[in-house]
Amino acid sequence: MALLTFDTAHKPRQSYASMAILLAVMLVFPFVASQFGNSWVRIIDMALLYIMLALGLNIVVGFAGLLDLGYIAFFAVGAYLTGLLASPQFAALLESVVNYSPAMGDALVALFGESIRTEGIHLSVWFIVPLAGLVAALFGALLGAPTLKLRGDYLAIVTLGFGEIIRIFMNNLNDPINFTNGPQGINLIDPIRIFGVSLAGEAGSKATVFIGGFGMPSVNAYYFLFLLLCIVTIFMTSRLQHSRLGRAWVAIREDEIAAKAMGINTRNVKLLAFSMGASFGGVAGAMFAAFQGFVSPESFSLTESIAVLAMVVLGGIGHIPGVVMGGVLLAALPEVLRHVVEPVQQSLFGKVLIEAEVLRQLLYGLAMVLIMLNRPAGLWPSPIKEDRPVAATDKEEKEESAVV
Amino acid sequence: MDTFIQQILNGLVLGSMYALVALGYTMVYGVLNLINFAHGDVLMIGAMVGLSILRMLDSTFPGLPGGVQLAIAILGAIPVAMLVNILIERVAYRRLRNAPRLAPLITAIGVSILLQTFVMAMPFWGRSPLPFPQLLSSDPIMVGGAVISQTQVLLLVLAALAMLLLVFLVEKTKMGRAMRAVAENPRVAGLMGVDSNRVIVSTFAIGAALAAVAGVMWGANYASIQFAMGTLPGMKAFSAAVLGGIGNIYGAMIGGIVLGIIESLGAGYIGDLTGGFLGSHYQDIFAFVVLILVLTVRPSGIMGERVADRA
Amino acid sequence: MNDLLLNISSVNKRFGGLQALTDVRIQIARGQIYGLIGPNGAGKTTFFNVITGLYQPDTGTFELDGKPYSPSAPHAVAKAGIARTFQNIRLFGEMRALENVMVGRHVRTRQGVFGAIVRHRAARAEEAAIRARAQELLDFVGIGQFAQRTARYLSYGDQRRLEIARALATEPKLLALDEPAAGMNATEKLALRELLVKIQKAGITILLIEHDVKLMMGLCDRISVLEYGKLIAEGLPAEIQKNQAVIEAYLGGAH
Repeated sequence: MALLTFDTAHKPRQSYASMAILLAVMLVFPFVASQFGNSWVRIIDMALLYIMLALGLNIVVGFAGLLDLGYIAFFAVGAYLTGLLASPQFAALLESVVNYSPAMGDALVALFGESIRTEGIHLSVWFIVPLAGLVAALFGALLGAPTLKLRGDYLAIVTLGFGEIIRIFMNNLNDPINFTNGPQGINLIDPIRIFGVSLAGEAGSKATVFIGGFGMPSVNAYYFLFLLLCIVTIFMTSRLQHSRLGRAWVAIREDEIAAKAMGINTRNVKLLAFSMGASFGGVAGAMFAAFQGFVSPESFSLTESIAVLAMVVLGGIGHIPGVVMGGVLLAALPEVLRHVVEPVQQSLFGKVLIEAEVLRQLLYGLAMVLIMLNRPAGLWPSPIKEDRPVAATDKEEKEESAVV
Repeated sequence: MDTFIQQILNGLVLGSMYALVALGYTMVYGVLNLINFAHGDVLMIGAMVGLSILRMLDSTFPGLPGGVQLAIAILGAIPVAMLVNILIERVAYRRLRNAPRLAPLITAIGVSILLQTFVMAMPFWGRSPLPFPQLLSSDPIMVGGAVISQTQVLLLVLAALAMLLLVFLVEKTKMGRAMRAVAENPRVAGLMGVDSNRVIVSTFAIGAALAAVAGVMWGANYASIQFAMGTLPGMKAFSAAVLGGIGNIYGAMIGGIVLGIIESLGAGYIGDLTGGFLGSHYQDIFAFVVLILVLTVRPSGIMGERVADRA
Repeated sequence: MNDLLLNISSVNKRFGGLQALTDVRIQIARGQIYGLIGPNGAGKTTFFNVITGLYQPDTGTFELDGKPYSPSAPHAVAKAGIARTFQNIRLFGEMRALENVMVGRHVRTRQGVFGAIVRHRAARAEEAAIRARAQELLDFVGIGQFAQRTARYLSYGDQRRLEIARALATEPKLLALDEPAAGMNATEKLALRELLVKIQKAGITILLIEHDVKLMMGLCDRISVLEYGKLIAEGLPAEIQKNQAVIEAYLGGAH
């Protein structure tokens, strides 16, 4: 990692150069990868979404030191909101409302128009994305509020509980009023439409998107959108980190009592951490729903919350480049392995001994255990010590303090 | 009224299992101030090992009476579970005793995943739900206006027995005294000649044994086990431990039973309570709601917490 | 301008079976260095914690600079104008010295999420001002050259100074120091004394708890003495030294 640095405060030229190189690679990648089919770009598309999630969770866990084990709930909120407002689902919702209370049904039709009976609501991406962010932020504050006075491990379990509660609601909120369509989930979610161009490609184009006269596969189009969003996320979280608010988060993480004594309203600052972190999750969720075209409760389980946490922990808690790396490793690697390992096993042994899903879980488990035991600050921790929360048992730290 | 008794009975059965697992959580928290996140998976390992033993018995000694088979399964699952938990402590937690609180918790989550992955990868276990044989007669026994099965009765008996044994151990034996000492003040206990490592290992071992019993009986009761079966019950059992008073073994027993009853009654009556909006599928929520309420309103729980003074 | 900066009376605090504070009061005039002494366990830190909002008193009236203040939350107390340090130094260990002091500026500055992300002119100006003021304060307490050192790695004496600089960053009217000289040798105590006088000259009132009686006698304008949670003496240092009750409290009855 010595060549690549992103420390703009101390090594501006080197870090901007690193960023430029990385950006160039990222921009060229889909065109190269497309030669080998769509799967590789699709893998990176999902990885980019996970990176956004990891960056959002990094605000809560990394900056503020609040171990949130239910973070995927905000991803779910954004995704289901999109499912409800950009698909035929609202028609089903309306039907159930009408069954329950015809008066309410009429009111909804009056509000949204007659077409919702058959087609549902189809809001544009420009409306849905900010809405997803806002609603998720609201949920962040709601779910964070009861945890404010809890110590570390209790906070973790309570947030885990909230994550589970949200999942259970998503799985069951289809009766009497059909919000989420239960275990089947919501289908036929609109793809993203930007300036009239659908990122899934028009019907009959075999998922090819045409911009001007130039055509590219749909997964590539989404790639560039997600890449842009990722860059925006990195930008925003980095700005937050190096600000008055960011310092307040680190202060709370280091010593909450001292932080209070210095005038920091820890309740509000913690709620802000939850909200800001959640909002990124919500936006990522909206993107996920549109990209995949459907959402179901299985995508939002405890396993997923833990996966995102593993990315933050593996990469470098609190260190944005590290978190991005962790996201790439734990989101892309298992998929890459699946494409490689399963066929290899098939040809060697005639059957698949270890499924990709098992491999994925193995990676997550090993990541968390090995990192915490050997390099608790992560694989790529901040070169600036102030940004390292769990550095107390880091061997490097011990060696350094022996020298000082 | 019949339904009410039935719900209470169900709650007692469920609660006994929660109590057994809650004891493991509470004892470890009492001596180490650590939530052994992987404890629920120890329950799962107990169930898996029990299943394997039953399969072996079935092929080598077919025709053994169901009760005997179950007994052997339990007796076989216990040492394996103890070994697993002791290994976890040694490998994952011991080095992090003085680390900031988040580190062992994250490690514990990792261990939990690894345990599940291990079970997933073993061809004789795997990812799909596995049927657990019905060894005892499933003829219902009438109690009041409600039914209970032989398996459930056995579960209640075993749980009560285990808890009694534990109380005896903690109150009357030297190891028990040592455990209580370490739970109160590890440093002073050390000064008095107590080997805190030995105590901690024993704590993990005992907790695992209880979880193994709960795991096998869970399988016997619900007739199906799976690699992920331990996570949710584990978290609920932890909530039960907090409800009763973390670190307090009497609290864990009471908390477990109470939570089981709350969950059972809640699942039964939630439909009526919310005007049809929420159904019994929301059962799993109760444990977490209880946890949040306890931590907000009375964090020390029903019987008061007993946590080490780790100044 | 009211001459009385801090006016606190009738403070009672009970912890379960223990009456930690009984009817304690204190009156500090503007610009004074006021000392609080007493044997171990007398309730000095408890009183401190009550004044600064860490503990909730059972009873008490609290007035700072003529205005009543509610010691219900530590951050509100800091905002009202009382800043404190801690007996066993509570720094933000992983942050650099400069950043620690910058956190102290939090309560007097306002940029939030919008300013953080957008960094418009006002936000940038505020941030530059925070940084400049923090460096000024580090220089003021004498550790300006350690601005970029991680706080955890500073020497004990420098950590104490850093904690004071951080407290000063909140622009307090009253600086409350809990045993700032603990663990210091004679030279360090002299330096600390100079610093405190310098702070007093800058117009900040100081309340401090200390065990070093000699230091207190030379430094403080007035002293209160606590024993078993009760105020047993109050007045000029010379008076306190001769006070029979105080002598007995420290040395025991018969002598």
